Amino acid sequence: MKSTRESVMSSRASSPRRQGSSNEPGGPGSRVRGNGKPSSRWPQDTFRVLKELGVRQVAYVPDSGHSELIRTCHADRELKTVVLTTEEEGIAMLAGAWLGGERGVLLMQSSGTGNCINMLGLSAECRFPLLMLVTMRGHWGEFNPWQVPMSQATAPALTAMGVLVHQVDEADRVAETVDAAGRLAFNTGRSVAVLISQRIVGAKQFK
Amino acid sequence: MAKQRKPILDRRQAVADILSRRGDTLLVTGLGAPTWDTAAAGEHELDFANWGGMGGATMVGLGVALAQPRRRVLVITGDGDMLMGLGSLATIAVQKPRNLVVIVLDNEAFGETGMQATHTRHGVDLAGMAKAAGFRGATTIYNASQLKTWIPRFYRQPGPLFASIKVKDEKLAMVLPRLKDGPAIKNRFREALLGSKAYD
Repeated sequence: MKSTRESVMSSRASSPRRQGSSNEPGGPGSRVRGNGKPSSRWPQDTFRVLKELGVRQVAYVPDSGHSELIRTCHADRELKTVVLTTEEEGIAMLAGAWLGGERGVLLMQSSGTGNCINMLGLSAECRFPLLMLVTMRGHWGEFNPWQVPMSQATAPALTAMGVLVHQVDEADRVAETVDAAGRLAFNTGRSVAVLISQRIVGAKQFK
Repeated sequence: MAKQRKPILDRRQAVADILSRRGDTLLVTGLGAPTWDTAAAGEHELDFANWGGMGGATMVGLGVALAQPRRRVLVITGDGDMLMGLGSLATIAVQKPRNLVVIVLDNEAFGETGMQATHTRHGVDLAGMAKAAGFRGATTIYNASQLKTWIPRFYRQPGPLFASIKVKDEKLAMVLPRLKDGPAIKNRFREALLGSKAYD
């Protein structure tokens, strides 16, 4: 396996900063397409990072923020992309993947973190590498009050279970953060979660 | 629900009979009694025993099966663990792993916490759920003759397969596996399976 690798992000120089607001999801590093919808490279860049990390199994309960990454994973025949009924299935599955000699990643929304708590003990106790990519709700312009409790508890709950947490709130830093988190997880046999801010994935406006 | 029948099979004998044919099968056991039964039958380096993670045994099996499509993968777990992970029947069935077999030793009780009755004591039909989820084959085994018929299928029939083996709800002596240390169990399995690639 590659032990060091160049970052996928070609420019370490920061993009010009713009004030993000809940009407402009994506923040610095995203482009607005002609139809007024924001687009961002982070899902495709993240996909390339996952492939370079040698990920072969992808487990998810979908979130709209992960839609593009999920579609891209499903389209790649080298990957086994598995839809779960509940997020903790993915933790157990990726433990099995590691036993069988494969790397994996777990995609979820912050609300799904709460379903994972006891199963995270399996990863921690056995020192299984676990890479989790968590799109956040409940903190940046959130519309739905019911999203708030679990999103606010996401980082503390993961930390309580021994998961190392990286938070990213700029689209152009997602891929490098996933790369760093993945290397940490697979090199050191730990659970690592990347929390992708609602500022990046965009606050839903239920109108 | 079907009329409730009283289980008669001996769990230790059932596991010993199943594993006598294992060859190079990879085995995942659920927490509690299935892990003791496997230890009693003779521990093997290609066993991954769960001492926790209730509800997760079948999904650990799926991850192994997806990573090792040419190897047969058996999950032997209990009804309590299976009931906590019922959704996994859907998740597994959708992936259609031909090499995965889920065996539930169903004593209709939570063995580690005082033998309280589980849902299967009240008629819940796990094999029926597996069949409805889309498992290629699913059965409930009540007697030695049925078990004898199914054991070769566990190793040869394309999966995913599901078998609920109704066993007596005796509280037998714990037979502890040699290892309860998580990294040690993990490493032993991976070294045996992957050889020099285990630490790449």
